[in-house]
Amino acid sequence: MNTVVLLVCTGLGLGALYFLVASGLSLIFGLMDVLNFAHGALLSVGAYAAWWASAEAGAGFWWAVLFGTVTGTAASVLLELAVIRPLYSRPRDQILATVGVGLALPALIMGIWGADARPFQPPAALAGTVSLLGAVVPVNRFVLMGAALVVLVLLRLFLSRTRYGLVVRAGVEDRAMVTALGIDVRRAFTLVFAIGGAAAALGGALAGLYFGSVNPGQGTGLLIFAFVVVVMGGMGSVTGAAVASAAVGLVQQFANYYTAAGLGDLSVVVLLAVLLLVRPRGLTGRLA
Amino acid sequence: MTTKSSITGTESPTGVTVTGPGGTSDGDSGTTGRGRTIPRTGESFGDGSTALRRALRWWPIALLILFLVAPYSALPVPGLLDGPLGSPGSLQLIALCLLYGALATGYDLLLGRTGLLSFGHALYFAAGLYCTDLAMLELRLPLLPAAAVGIACATLLALLLGAVSLRVTGIGFSMVTLAFAQAGAILVQRNPGGLTGGEEGRAAPADLLPSSLVGIGNTANLYWIALGYLVLTLAIVHCTVGSPIGRVWAGIRENERRVEVLGLRPYGYKLIAFVVAGALAGAGGVVHLLLTGGATPQSATSDATLALLVMVVLGGSGTRWGPLLGGLLYTWAGHRLGDLANSSAVADLPAALRVPLSQPLFLLGGLFVLVVYLLPGGLARLPARLRAARAGSALPVRIRGNEAA
Repeated sequence: MNTVVLLVCTGLGLGALYFLVASGLSLIFGLMDVLNFAHGALLSVGAYAAWWASAEAGAGFWWAVLFGTVTGTAASVLLELAVIRPLYSRPRDQILATVGVGLALPALIMGIWGADARPFQPPAALAGTVSLLGAVVPVNRFVLMGAALVVLVLLRLFLSRTRYGLVVRAGVEDRAMVTALGIDVRRAFTLVFAIGGAAAALGGALAGLYFGSVNPGQGTGLLIFAFVVVVMGGMGSVTGAAVASAAVGLVQQFANYYTAAGLGDLSVVVLLAVLLLVRPRGLTGRLA
Repeated sequence: MTTKSSITGTESPTGVTVTGPGGTSDGDSGTTGRGRTIPRTGESFGDGSTALRRALRWWPIALLILFLVAPYSALPVPGLLDGPLGSPGSLQLIALCLLYGALATGYDLLLGRTGLLSFGHALYFAAGLYCTDLAMLELRLPLLPAAAVGIACATLLALLLGAVSLRVTGIGFSMVTLAFAQAGAILVQRNPGGLTGGEEGRAAPADLLPSSLVGIGNTANLYWIALGYLVLTLAIVHCTVGSPIGRVWAGIRENERRVEVLGLRPYGYKLIAFVVAGALAGAGGVVHLLLTGGATPQSATSDATLALLVMVVLGGSGTRWGPLLGGLLYTWAGHRLGDLANSSAVADLPAALRVPLSQPLFLLGGLFVLVVYLLPGGLARLPARLRAARAGSALPVRIRGNEAA
């Protein structure tokens, strides 16, 4: 029982991390048809910015997380304006350009701070554990889950209650029609990139808390699982991404624990292939 | 219209043989089936061209001979290589460059010729690499049978996974191939049954390799093997692209729906491209095993596929020499930039310049974005673009012919 509770909490914590990466990825693909291979790099930017603020500049933990999120958002907006936008009429080149950025950014981080993992010191309040149903669970799992829930609620509110949310939803549904109605959908592109980058960078800052350290390859390693979540949840669907990320996190943790180590990662990746083959429309799923 | 002309090409093979030798750099547009609509390609050796131009058409042969005799030369190439041309260190680097040039050429069969964006090509490379190594280590087979086993495994894997992956199209195909390759990379990392050696990989057994392929003194032999693999890859890609199947590939790349409307099933043709490319990658794995003396898990990662993608796009996808050029340049730069980073000239620079310069992957990634952004056709189309820019609006046909590709 203790083990099950711990595995559930860890799985949901990991799922929350996946959700933070996948929600932006899903919105970006749904709206713009760009599979953003640089999304993992944005996570790394957030992680290193938060680490730098807390370890080098001596800021408090929450200020560091905020700094990481803001830096990641800025990087994401810059990416959209400088790299994606000029290639608007060449969809395949957009993907290739994000591949290039996804290679270059982690390399730059590696050049500045080295290839080794840097330890991330959590504040005392978040370093401890709590006991839940007899299991001893690290607090940071709940921090991640809380952050993911807040992001989910905010995204839902933004999409359903604001005018720009309406434009984004309509754009995911039929971009050409939105343009035909006289709405500049490109502004929504930048906005969606900003939101996605903010969520990914927040995920990066909290990933430092979850893993206890930051390293340049972290984001890219998480990206493949975020792809699984995006495809499972349906492209462009935030709620779908939330459900899928919880499922993926749980499956991975349980399979890794009860079968051979590594089998969980393998099963999730194979799950992606199977899902795409059985339900190719998972890619064209609409906003839920 | 392009599709139509490429389909008529399947019915009149003579048209194919005219374009084949007709173009050196122009052959790129000729192989797409578009070149024949431009009279320039046919004229270039028909009328007033001089004997010199005719002789220049044989530059690949001349280059090949130069590459063949390179190990006998002690020519110093300062800046480009560390030691003289024929020294083992230089030969090893050139052989790696040739190998990656060939791998990129094989990958372009998917990306540039058929229009399939596969993110899992490294899987077949790694399959050839690991299966050959394991056939020697576990089954105690000599090199040649082991290489046959390795290439057969890679081909079978490509057939199996290609048949499954090609059931989805577009970005779905890219992601399925990525998923399979990632599964392969995880398997190799996890070291099932102690077979793959996990993080460290497995070294090739020196006792089973022919003695002429072992030791630093025999680097020249390995170099010739890499060169032979490159020539083989170029020949296979050239032949298949010029064949009726290659015409259908070009049609699929341009507009898959139209190929279907013409009564052809793209699935089978795409699968052929996938399997041929997979087999070539598997053979490349064998060459890599010989060159580096072992199998390492880095060969299976998605980064390896992304490197191939960068090479192809850098050089120019869908062109005859572009992927080779990109592969040579990328591999050479990757090695030499590492040396540059450790040199005193860079170490003295201020941090703002030194840090980016010390990361080859940052420079190559940045260069890649620039090429995608500024040079859509890659380096191979650069001369044509320059010529078009110089000719200005005087030759609109030529510009259109190059731009459209």
